[in-house]
Amino acid sequence: MIVGEQKPFEEIWEMVKDHKQLTVFGCNTCVAVCHQGGNKEAGILASQLKMRATQDGVDIQIVDSGIERQCEHEFFEKTEDLIRKSEAVLSLACGIGVQFMASKYPSTPIYPALNTTFLGDVPETGLFTEKCQACGDCVLGITGGVCPVSRCAKRLFNGPCGGSTTGKCEISKTVDCAWQLVIDRLEAMGRLGDYEKVMPVKDWSKDRSGGPRSFKLEDF
Amino acid sequence: MISSFKKALDSGKFVVTCEVAPPKGINLEKVSRHIDLLKDKVDGMNITDHQSSVMRFPSIGGALLVKEMGGEPILQMTCRDRNRLALQAELLFAASRRINNVLCLTGDSVMLGDHKTAKGVFDLDSSQLLAAVRTLEKGKDLGGNDLEGAPTFCAGAIVTPEANPVEPQLIKFEKKIEAGAEFIQTQAVYDLDKLKDFMSYARQFKVKILAGIILLTSAPMARFMNKNIAGVNVPQPLIDEISQAPKGGALAKGIEIAGPMISRIHSEKICDGVHIMAIGKEELVPEIMASAGVSPASV
Repeated sequence: MIVGEQKPFEEIWEMVKDHKQLTVFGCNTCVAVCHQGGNKEAGILASQLKMRATQDGVDIQIVDSGIERQCEHEFFEKTEDLIRKSEAVLSLACGIGVQFMASKYPSTPIYPALNTTFLGDVPETGLFTEKCQACGDCVLGITGGVCPVSRCAKRLFNGPCGGSTTGKCEISKTVDCAWQLVIDRLEAMGRLGDYEKVMPVKDWSKDRSGGPRSFKLEDF
Repeated sequence: MISSFKKALDSGKFVVTCEVAPPKGINLEKVSRHIDLLKDKVDGMNITDHQSSVMRFPSIGGALLVKEMGGEPILQMTCRDRNRLALQAELLFAASRRINNVLCLTGDSVMLGDHKTAKGVFDLDSSQLLAAVRTLEKGKDLGGNDLEGAPTFCAGAIVTPEANPVEPQLIKFEKKIEAGAEFIQTQAVYDLDKLKDFMSYARQFKVKILAGIILLTSAPMARFMNKNIAGVNVPQPLIDEISQAPKGGALAKGIEIAGPMISRIHSEKICDGVHIMAIGKEELVPEIMASAGVSPASV
Protein backbone atom coordinates (compact mmCIF):
# COMPACT_ATOMS: atom_id res chain seq x y z
CA MET A 1 0.00 0.00 0.00
CA ILE A 2 0.94 3.66 -0.25
CA VAL A 3 2.41 5.03 2.96
CA GLY A 4 2.44 8.71 3.86
CA GLU A 5 3.35 10.83 6.84
CA GLN A 6 1.69 14.04 7.87
CA LYS A 7 3.78 17.12 7.20
CA PRO A 8 4.93 19.18 10.18
CA PHE A 9 1.99 21.23 11.45
CA GLU A 10 3.80 24.54 10.90
CA GLU A 11 4.35 23.74 7.23
CA ILE A 12 0.66 22.91 6.80
CA TRP A 13 -0.39 26.10 8.62
CA GLU A 14 1.87 28.25 6.45
CA MET A 15 0.25 26.82 3.31
CA VAL A 16 -3.36 27.41 4.33
CA LYS A 17 -3.44 30.32 6.77
CA ASP A 18 -4.27 33.04 4.24
CA HIS A 19 -7.51 31.43 3.07
CA LYS A 20 -10.93 32.44 4.37
CA GLN A 21 -12.40 28.99 3.92
CA LEU A 22 -10.75 25.58 3.94
CA THR A 23 -11.98 22.00 3.56
CA VAL A 24 -9.76 19.41 5.24
CA PHE A 25 -10.31 16.27 3.21
CA GLY A 26 -9.37 12.71 4.18
CA CYS A 27 -8.67 9.70 2.01
CA ASN A 28 -9.87 6.58 3.78
CA THR A 29 -7.86 3.79 2.15
CA CYS A 30 -4.05 3.44 2.10
CA VAL A 31 -3.10 6.47 4.16
CA ALA A 32 -5.87 5.67 6.67
CA VAL A 33 -4.14 2.35 7.43
CA CYS A 34 -1.05 4.24 8.54
CA HIS A 35 -3.21 6.64 10.61
CA GLN A 36 -2.00 9.70 8.73
CA GLY A 37 -4.57 10.62 6.13
CA GLY A 38 -7.92 8.94 6.85
CA ASN A 39 -11.18 10.74 7.48
CA LYS A 40 -10.58 10.49 11.24
CA GLU A 41 -7.19 12.18 10.88
CA ALA A 42 -8.82 14.87 8.71
CA GLY A 43 -11.16 15.65 11.62
CA ILE A 44 -8.27 15.87 14.09
CA LEU A 45 -6.19 18.06 11.78
CA ALA A 46 -9.18 20.36 11.16
CA SER A 47 -9.54 20.80 14.95
CA GLN A 48 -5.87 21.61 15.32
CA LEU A 49 -6.09 24.18 12.55
CA LYS A 50 -9.19 25.77 14.12
CA MET A 51 -7.36 26.04 17.44
CA ARG A 52 -4.37 27.64 15.76
CA ALA A 53 -6.60 30.06 13.87
CA THR A 54 -8.27 31.10 17.14
CA GLN A 55 -4.89 31.43 18.84
CA ASP A 56 -3.52 33.64 16.08
CA GLY A 57 -6.76 35.59 15.66
CA VAL A 58 -7.02 34.47 12.03
CA ASP A 59 -10.46 34.24 10.49
CA ILE A 60 -10.79 30.95 8.57
CA GLN A 61 -13.85 28.84 8.31
CA ILE A 62 -12.65 25.23 8.48
CA VAL A 63 -14.71 22.11 7.76
CA ASP A 64 -13.63 18.50 7.47
CA SER A 65 -14.82 15.70 5.26
CA GLY A 66 -13.46 12.74 3.35
CA ILE A 67 -14.06 9.93 0.93
CA GLU A 68 -12.82 6.39 0.43
CA ARG A 69 -10.38 7.17 -2.36
CA GLN A 70 -9.27 10.46 -3.83
CA CYS A 71 -7.83 8.80 -6.94
CA GLU A 72 -11.06 7.72 -8.67
CA HIS A 73 -13.98 9.79 -9.98
CA GLU A 74 -16.91 7.78 -8.59
CA PHE A 75 -15.94 8.28 -4.93
CA PHE A 76 -16.29 12.05 -5.29
CA GLU A 77 -20.05 12.06 -6.04
CA LYS A 78 -21.19 12.53 -2.42
CA THR A 79 -18.86 15.44 -1.75
CA GLU A 80 -19.00 17.11 -5.15
CA ASP A 81 -20.98 20.05 -3.83
CA LEU A 82 -18.80 20.65 -0.80
CA ILE A 83 -15.61 20.78 -2.84
CA ARG A 84 -17.10 22.97 -5.54
CA LYS A 85 -17.97 25.53 -2.88
CA SER A 86 -14.60 25.30 -1.09
CA GLU A 87 -12.15 28.15 -1.45
CA ALA A 88 -9.27 25.72 -0.84
CA VAL A 89 -8.80 22.05 0.05
CA LEU A 90 -6.20 20.52 2.33
CA SER A 91 -5.99 16.94 1.09
CA LEU A 92 -4.77 14.16 3.36
CA ALA A 93 -4.40 11.80 0.42
CA CYS A 94 -1.10 10.66 -1.05
CA GLY A 95 0.39 12.66 -3.91
CA ILE A 96 -1.83 10.76 -6.32
CA GLY A 97 -5.05 11.88 -4.61
CA VAL A 98 -3.86 15.49 -4.37
CA GLN A 99 -3.12 15.55 -8.10
CA PHE A 100 -6.34 13.78 -9.00
CA MET A 101 -8.32 16.44 -7.13
CA ALA A 102 -6.27 19.23 -8.68
CA SER A 103 -7.14 17.93 -12.13
CA LYS A 104 -10.86 17.59 -11.21
CA TYR A 105 -11.12 21.11 -9.80
CA PRO A 106 -8.83 23.20 -12.00
CA SER A 107 -9.30 26.54 -10.22
CA THR A 108 -9.30 25.31 -6.59
CA PRO A 109 -6.04 25.27 -4.62
CA ILE A 110 -5.46 21.70 -3.33
CA TYR A 111 -2.72 21.52 -0.67
CA PRO A 112 -0.93 18.33 0.42
CA ALA A 113 -1.11 17.59 4.16
CA LEU A 114 1.08 14.51 3.76
CA ASN A 115 4.46 13.61 2.43
CA THR A 116 3.95 10.46 0.38
CA THR A 117 6.83 8.36 1.63
CA PHE A 118 6.83 4.89 0.09
CA LEU A 119 5.09 1.71 -1.03
CA GLY A 120 5.23 -0.58 1.94
CA ASP A 121 3.81 -3.22 4.19
CA VAL A 122 2.75 -3.47 7.85
CA PRO A 123 5.06 -6.07 9.42
CA GLU A 124 3.74 -5.22 12.87
CA THR A 125 1.12 -2.89 14.28
CA GLY A 126 2.22 0.68 13.83
CA LEU A 127 5.29 -0.17 11.74
CA PHE A 128 5.45 0.50 8.02
CA THR A 129 8.41 -0.51 5.87
CA GLU A 130 9.31 0.17 2.26
CA LYS A 131 9.09 -2.84 -0.05
CA CYS A 132 8.65 -1.61 -3.63
CA GLN A 133 9.75 1.27 -5.84
CA ALA A 134 7.50 0.43 -8.78
CA CYS A 135 10.58 0.14 -11.01
CA GLY A 136 8.45 -1.47 -13.70
CA ASP A 137 10.58 -4.59 -14.16
CA CYS A 138 10.21 -6.91 -11.18
CA VAL A 139 13.25 -9.02 -10.26
CA LEU A 140 11.80 -10.73 -7.18
CA GLY A 141 11.72 -14.04 -9.05
CA ILE A 142 15.51 -14.21 -9.10
CA THR A 143 16.27 -12.39 -5.85
CA GLY A 144 14.47 -14.77 -3.56
CA GLY A 145 11.47 -12.51 -3.05
CA VAL A 146 13.54 -9.67 -1.57
CA CYS A 147 13.70 -6.45 -3.60
CA PRO A 148 17.18 -4.96 -4.06
CA VAL A 149 15.74 -1.90 -5.81
CA SER A 150 13.72 -0.69 -2.84
CA ARG A 151 15.60 -2.29 0.04
CA CYS A 152 19.29 -1.87 -0.84
CA ALA A 153 20.41 1.72 -0.18
CA LYS A 154 22.38 1.60 -3.44
CA ARG A 155 19.91 -0.47 -5.48
CA LEU A 156 22.66 -2.98 -6.26
CA PHE A 157 22.05 -6.01 -8.45
CA ASN A 158 25.08 -8.17 -7.84
CA GLY A 159 25.38 -8.66 -4.13
CA PRO A 160 26.19 -6.74 -0.98
CA CYS A 161 28.60 -3.81 -1.09
CA GLY A 162 31.66 -3.73 1.14
CA GLY A 163 29.67 -1.75 3.68
CA SER A 164 27.45 -4.70 4.57
CA THR A 165 28.37 -6.20 7.91
CA THR A 166 26.68 -8.75 10.18
CA GLY A 167 23.63 -8.50 7.96
CA LYS A 168 23.24 -4.74 8.38
CA CYS A 169 23.52 -1.85 5.93
CA GLU A 170 26.33 0.71 6.04
CA ILE A 171 23.84 3.56 6.39
CA SER A 172 22.54 2.31 9.75
CA LYS A 173 23.02 -0.63 12.08
CA THR A 174 19.22 -0.82 12.34
CA VAL A 175 18.71 -1.33 8.59
CA ASP A 176 18.93 -4.86 7.19
CA CYS A 177 21.31 -5.45 4.30
CA ALA A 178 18.90 -6.38 1.50
CA TRP A 179 21.50 -8.58 -0.17
CA GLN A 180 22.08 -10.54 3.00
CA LEU A 181 18.32 -11.16 3.05
CA VAL A 182 18.39 -12.16 -0.63
CA ILE A 183 21.25 -14.60 -0.03
CA ASP A 184 19.66 -16.07 3.11
CA ARG A 185 16.44 -16.72 1.20
CA LEU A 186 18.20 -18.19 -1.84
CA GLU A 187 20.24 -20.42 0.45
CA ALA A 188 17.11 -21.59 2.29
CA MET A 189 15.56 -22.49 -1.07
CA GLY A 190 18.73 -24.18 -2.32
CA ARG A 191 19.02 -21.64 -5.12
CA LEU A 192 22.25 -19.81 -4.32
CA GLY A 193 23.19 -20.39 -7.96
CA ASP A 194 20.84 -17.50 -8.82
CA TYR A 195 23.16 -15.16 -6.92
CA GLU A 196 26.29 -16.49 -8.58
CA LYS A 197 25.26 -15.19 -12.01
CA VAL A 198 26.32 -11.64 -12.96
CA MET A 199 23.08 -9.73 -13.38
CA PRO A 200 23.09 -7.48 -16.45
CA VAL A 201 22.51 -3.73 -16.28
CA LYS A 202 18.95 -2.75 -15.48
CA ASP A 203 16.53 -1.28 -17.99
CA TRP A 204 15.63 1.95 -16.20
CA SER A 205 13.43 3.06 -19.09
CA LYS A 206 10.68 1.05 -17.38
CA ASP A 207 11.29 3.15 -14.27
CA ARG A 208 11.04 6.95 -14.20
CA SER A 209 13.76 7.44 -16.86
CA GLY A 210 11.15 6.57 -19.48
CA GLY A 211 8.90 9.42 -18.33
CA PRO A 212 5.54 9.10 -16.54
CA ARG A 213 4.05 5.64 -17.01
CA SER A 214 0.51 4.58 -17.83
CA PHE A 215 -1.33 1.63 -19.22
CA LYS A 216 -4.79 1.22 -20.69
CA LEU A 217 -7.13 -1.73 -20.61
CA GLU A 218 -8.20 -2.04 -24.20
CA ASP A 219 -11.45 -3.88 -23.39
CA PHE A 220 -12.89 -0.97 -21.38
CA MET B 1 48.11 0.29 -24.85
CA ILE B 2 49.45 -1.97 -22.10
CA SER B 3 50.04 0.06 -18.97
CA SER B 4 53.23 -0.18 -16.99
CA PHE B 5 51.14 -1.28 -14.00
CA LYS B 6 49.76 -4.17 -16.05
CA LYS B 7 53.30 -5.09 -17.10
CA ALA B 8 54.37 -5.05 -13.46
CA LEU B 9 51.46 -7.34 -12.54
CA ASP B 10 52.32 -9.73 -15.35
CA SER B 11 56.05 -9.72 -14.58
CA GLY B 12 55.51 -11.71 -11.40
CA LYS B 13 57.39 -9.17 -9.29
CA PHE B 14 56.07 -8.03 -5.92
CA VAL B 15 53.84 -5.11 -6.89
CA VAL B 16 53.41 -2.04 -4.69
CA THR B 17 50.63 0.47 -5.16
CA CYS B 18 49.65 3.39 -3.00
CA GLU B 19 46.91 5.94 -2.81
CA VAL B 20 46.78 9.68 -3.28
CA ALA B 21 43.77 11.82 -2.54
CA PRO B 22 42.83 14.86 -4.62
CA PRO B 23 42.20 18.02 -2.57
CA LYS B 24 38.95 19.67 -1.65
CA GLY B 25 39.58 22.73 -3.78
CA ILE B 26 42.00 23.56 -6.56
CA ASN B 27 45.22 23.82 -4.62
CA LEU B 28 47.18 20.87 -6.01
CA GLU B 29 50.43 21.56 -4.16
CA LYS B 30 50.10 18.83 -1.56
CA VAL B 31 48.87 16.12 -3.92
CA SER B 32 51.59 17.09 -6.43
CA ARG B 33 54.19 16.76 -3.67
CA HIS B 34 52.90 13.29 -2.85
CA ILE B 35 52.87 12.24 -6.49
CA ASP B 36 56.39 13.57 -6.98
CA LEU B 37 57.63 11.73 -3.91
CA LEU B 38 56.00 8.41 -4.79
CA LYS B 39 55.87 8.16 -8.57
CA ASP B 40 59.22 6.39 -8.97
CA LYS B 41 58.81 4.23 -5.89
CA VAL B 42 55.57 2.40 -6.63
CA ASP B 43 54.06 0.53 -9.56
CA GLY B 44 50.83 2.46 -9.51
CA MET B 45 49.01 5.18 -7.64
CA ASN B 46 45.29 4.96 -6.95
CA ILE B 47 43.51 8.28 -7.23
CA THR B 48 40.52 8.24 -4.91
CA ASP B 49 37.08 9.20 -6.19
CA HIS B 50 35.24 11.39 -3.67
CA GLN B 51 36.39 9.00 -0.97
CA SER B 52 33.81 8.37 1.77
CA SER B 53 31.35 10.36 -0.38
CA VAL B 54 33.19 13.60 0.41
CA MET B 55 33.17 15.95 -2.59
CA ARG B 56 36.67 16.69 -3.88
CA PHE B 57 38.68 17.46 -7.00
CA PRO B 58 37.82 14.60 -9.38
CA SER B 59 39.77 11.36 -9.59
CA ILE B 60 40.15 11.77 -13.35
CA GLY B 61 41.81 15.16 -12.72
CA GLY B 62 44.13 13.58 -10.19
CA ALA B 63 44.91 10.71 -12.57
CA LEU B 64 45.75 13.20 -15.31
CA LEU B 65 48.06 15.01 -12.92
CA VAL B 66 49.84 11.74 -12.07
CA LYS B 67 50.24 11.05 -15.78
CA GLU B 68 51.55 14.54 -16.50
CA MET B 69 54.07 14.17 -13.68
CA GLY B 70 55.34 10.89 -15.08
CA GLY B 71 53.61 8.53 -12.65
CA GLU B 72 51.33 5.55 -13.24
CA PRO B 73 47.75 6.31 -12.25
CA ILE B 74 45.09 3.80 -11.25
CA LEU B 75 41.83 5.64 -11.74
CA GLN B 76 39.29 4.84 -9.02
CA MET B 77 35.74 5.03 -10.32
CA THR B 78 32.65 4.63 -8.21
CA CYS B 79 29.10 4.12 -9.45
CA ARG B 80 27.67 6.55 -6.91
CA ASP B 81 27.89 9.81 -8.84
CA ARG B 82 27.59 8.97 -12.54
CA ASN B 83 25.15 7.06 -14.69
CA ARG B 84 26.28 4.70 -17.43
CA LEU B 85 26.71 7.51 -19.97
CA ALA B 86 29.00 9.51 -17.70
CA LEU B 87 30.98 6.44 -16.59
CA GLN B 88 31.61 5.31 -20.16
CA ALA B 89 32.49 8.85 -21.27
CA GLU B 90 35.01 9.17 -18.47
CA LEU B 91 36.58 5.82 -19.37
CA LEU B 92 36.95 7.00 -22.97
CA PHE B 93 38.52 10.25 -21.82
CA ALA B 94 40.88 8.37 -19.49
CA ALA B 95 42.06 6.02 -22.22
CA SER B 96 42.56 8.96 -24.63
CA ARG B 97 45.01 10.42 -22.10
CA ARG B 98 46.75 7.07 -21.62
CA ILE B 99 45.23 6.46 -18.25
CA ASN B 100 44.76 2.73 -18.72
CA ASN B 101 44.23 1.39 -15.20
CA VAL B 102 40.85 1.53 -13.53
CA LEU B 103 39.60 0.29 -10.18
CA CYS B 104 35.85 -0.30 -10.34
CA LEU B 105 33.99 0.38 -7.11
CA THR B 106 30.40 0.65 -6.03
CA GLY B 107 31.12 3.70 -3.87
CA ASP B 108 30.07 4.57 -0.35
CA SER B 109 26.53 5.66 0.35
CA VAL B 110 25.96 9.41 0.01
CA MET B 111 24.62 9.34 3.56
CA LEU B 112 28.17 8.79 4.85
CA GLY B 113 29.65 11.87 3.21
CA ASP B 114 29.44 15.65 3.28
CA HIS B 115 26.55 16.01 0.83
CA LYS B 116 23.97 13.93 2.65
CA THR B 117 21.04 15.36 0.68
CA ALA B 118 22.51 14.34 -2.69
CA LYS B 119 20.92 11.71 -4.90
CA GLY B 120 22.99 8.53 -5.18
CA VAL B 121 23.06 7.36 -8.80
CA PHE B 122 24.07 3.66 -8.73
CA ASP B 123 22.87 3.09 -12.28
CA LEU B 124 25.51 0.33 -12.48
CA ASP B 125 27.21 -1.63 -9.73
CA SER B 126 30.90 -2.56 -9.51
CA SER B 127 30.49 -5.87 -11.37
CA GLN B 128 28.50 -4.18 -14.11
CA LEU B 129 31.09 -1.38 -14.38
CA LEU B 130 33.79 -4.02 -14.90
CA ALA B 131 31.65 -5.61 -17.61
CA ALA B 132 31.17 -2.15 -19.15
CA VAL B 133 34.96 -1.69 -19.35
CA ARG B 134 35.26 -4.98 -21.23
CA THR B 135 32.40 -4.02 -23.55
CA LEU B 136 34.10 -0.72 -24.45
CA GLU B 137 37.29 -2.61 -25.19
CA LYS B 138 35.38 -4.61 -27.79
CA GLY B 139 34.52 -1.37 -29.56
CA LYS B 140 30.92 -1.21 -28.36
CA ASP B 141 29.14 0.91 -25.79
CA LEU B 142 26.46 -0.33 -23.38
CA GLY B 143 23.79 0.74 -25.87
CA GLY B 144 25.28 -1.65 -28.43
CA ASN B 145 26.65 1.15 -30.61
CA ASP B 146 30.03 1.11 -32.33
CA LEU B 147 32.88 3.21 -30.94
CA GLU B 148 35.31 5.19 -33.04
CA GLY B 149 38.42 3.84 -31.44
CA ALA B 150 38.19 1.38 -28.56
CA PRO B 151 40.05 1.83 -25.26
CA THR B 152 42.08 -0.78 -23.40
CA PHE B 153 42.24 -1.07 -19.65
CA CYS B 154 43.80 -3.00 -16.86
CA ALA B 155 40.67 -3.25 -14.73
CA GLY B 156 40.44 -4.19 -11.11
CA ALA B 157 38.13 -4.37 -8.14
CA ILE B 158 38.22 -4.79 -4.41
CA VAL B 159 37.35 -7.53 -1.95
CA THR B 160 36.93 -7.61 1.82
CA PRO B 161 38.62 -10.82 3.01
CA GLU B 162 37.51 -10.26 6.61
CA ALA B 163 33.88 -9.40 5.88
CA ASN B 164 31.35 -10.82 8.29
CA PRO B 165 29.84 -12.97 6.88
CA VAL B 166 32.44 -13.52 4.18
CA GLU B 167 30.62 -15.97 1.88
CA PRO B 168 28.47 -13.38 0.05
CA GLN B 169 31.60 -11.28 -0.56
CA LEU B 170 33.51 -14.28 -1.90
CA ILE B 171 30.78 -15.06 -4.40
CA LYS B 172 30.78 -11.39 -5.37
CA PHE B 173 34.57 -11.58 -5.76
CA GLU B 174 34.06 -14.44 -8.21
CA LYS B 175 31.44 -12.42 -10.07
CA LYS B 176 33.88 -9.51 -10.38
CA ILE B 177 36.49 -11.83 -11.88
CA GLU B 178 33.89 -13.24 -14.26
CA ALA B 179 32.95 -9.68 -15.21
CA GLY B 180 36.56 -8.91 -16.08
CA ALA B 181 38.67 -7.99 -13.03
CA GLU B 182 42.37 -8.64 -13.64
CA PHE B 183 43.57 -7.40 -10.29
CA ILE B 184 42.13 -7.09 -6.82
CA GLN B 185 43.14 -4.68 -4.09
CA THR B 186 41.84 -5.91 -0.76
CA GLN B 187 40.26 -3.96 2.07
CA ALA B 188 42.74 -3.42 4.89
CA VAL B 189 44.01 -6.65 6.44
CA TYR B 190 45.85 -6.97 9.75
CA ASP B 191 45.59 -10.69 10.47
CA LEU B 192 47.94 -12.50 8.11
CA ASP B 193 46.62 -15.94 9.05
CA LYS B 194 43.16 -14.88 7.91
CA LEU B 195 44.72 -13.39 4.78
CA LYS B 196 46.43 -16.73 4.09
CA ASP B 197 43.09 -18.52 4.45
CA PHE B 198 41.55 -16.13 1.95
CA MET B 199 44.47 -16.52 -0.44
CA SER B 200 44.36 -20.32 -0.33
CA TYR B 201 40.82 -19.98 -1.72
CA ALA B 202 41.56 -17.04 -4.05
CA ARG B 203 44.60 -18.63 -5.71
CA GLN B 204 42.35 -20.82 -7.85
CA PHE B 205 41.34 -17.74 -9.85
CA LYS B 206 43.37 -16.04 -12.53
CA VAL B 207 43.65 -12.66 -10.84
CA LYS B 208 46.46 -10.72 -9.17
CA ILE B 209 45.84 -9.85 -5.56
CA LEU B 210 47.38 -6.93 -3.70
CA ALA B 211 46.86 -6.95 0.06
CA GLY B 212 45.46 -3.71 1.45
CA ILE B 213 47.60 -2.11 4.16
CA ILE B 214 46.19 0.86 6.04
CA LEU B 215 48.83 2.61 8.15
CA LEU B 216 47.71 2.73 11.77
CA THR B 217 48.32 6.25 13.08
CA SER B 218 46.95 5.97 16.62
CA ALA B 219 44.95 3.68 18.90
CA PRO B 220 41.77 5.80 18.56
CA MET B 221 42.10 5.63 14.77
CA ALA B 222 42.33 1.83 14.96
CA ARG B 223 39.31 1.64 17.24
CA PHE B 224 37.39 4.01 14.95
CA MET B 225 38.03 1.72 11.98
CA ASN B 226 36.95 -1.36 13.93
CA LYS B 227 33.73 0.36 14.89
CA ASN B 228 32.90 2.13 11.64
CA ILE B 229 34.50 0.40 8.66
CA ALA B 230 32.89 -2.85 7.61
CA GLY B 231 35.36 -5.69 7.26
CA VAL B 232 38.26 -3.95 9.00
CA ASN B 233 39.39 -5.72 12.15
CA VAL B 234 42.49 -4.40 13.87
CA PRO B 235 43.36 -7.12 16.42
CA GLN B 236 43.46 -5.99 20.05
CA PRO B 237 47.19 -6.81 20.51
CA LEU B 238 48.02 -4.33 17.73
CA ILE B 239 45.83 -1.66 19.33
CA ASP B 240 47.57 -2.32 22.67
CA GLU B 241 50.95 -2.09 21.00
CA ILE B 242 50.18 1.28 19.45
CA SER B 243 48.57 2.68 22.57
CA GLN B 244 51.66 1.75 24.59
CA ALA B 245 53.92 3.68 22.23
CA PRO B 246 55.70 6.63 23.89
CA LYS B 247 54.07 10.05 23.50
CA GLY B 248 54.36 11.17 19.89
CA GLY B 249 55.52 7.72 18.86
CA ALA B 250 52.24 6.21 17.64
CA LEU B 251 52.96 6.92 14.01
CA ALA B 252 56.43 5.36 14.23
CA LYS B 253 54.79 2.34 15.84
CA GLY B 254 52.28 2.22 12.98
CA ILE B 255 55.15 2.06 10.51
CA GLU B 256 56.82 -0.56 12.68
CA ILE B 257 53.64 -2.67 12.42
CA ALA B 258 53.03 -2.14 8.68
CA GLY B 259 56.65 -2.73 7.58
CA PRO B 260 57.06 -6.30 8.88
CA MET B 261 53.55 -7.20 7.70
CA ILE B 262 54.44 -6.19 4.14
CA SER B 263 57.74 -7.92 4.51
CA ARG B 264 56.01 -11.20 5.46
CA ILE B 265 53.46 -10.88 2.65
CA HIS B 266 56.44 -10.46 0.31
CA SER B 267 58.82 -13.11 1.66
CA GLU B 268 56.15 -15.74 2.24
CA LYS B 269 54.62 -14.94 -1.17
CA ILE B 270 51.19 -14.59 0.44
CA CYS B 271 49.95 -12.11 -2.18
CA ASP B 272 51.15 -10.68 -5.48
CA GLY B 273 51.85 -7.34 -3.86
CA VAL B 274 50.48 -4.74 -1.51
CA HIS B 275 48.32 -1.66 -1.75
CA ILE B 276 49.45 0.83 0.88
CA MET B 277 46.86 3.30 2.12
CA ALA B 278 48.58 5.86 4.33
CA ILE B 279 45.46 7.99 4.60
CA GLY B 280 46.61 11.61 5.01
CA LYS B 281 50.21 10.49 5.60
CA GLU B 282 51.18 9.61 2.06
CA GLU B 283 54.65 11.07 2.55
CA LEU B 284 55.40 8.12 4.86
CA VAL B 285 54.95 5.47 2.16
CA PRO B 286 58.69 5.37 1.29
CA GLU B 287 59.48 4.90 4.98
CA ILE B 288 56.94 2.06 5.24
CA MET B 289 58.47 0.43 2.18
CA ALA B 290 61.97 0.81 3.60
CA SER B 291 60.78 -0.72 6.87
CA ALA B 292 59.35 -3.62 4.86
CA GLY B 293 62.55 -4.06 2.96
CA VAL B 294 60.82 -3.50 -0.34
CA SER B 295 62.98 -0.66 -1.61
CA PRO B 296 62.11 0.79 -5.00
CA ALA B 297 65.00 -1.14 -6.53
CA SER B 298 63.67 -4.51 -5.38
CA VAL B 299 60.06 -3.66 -6.11
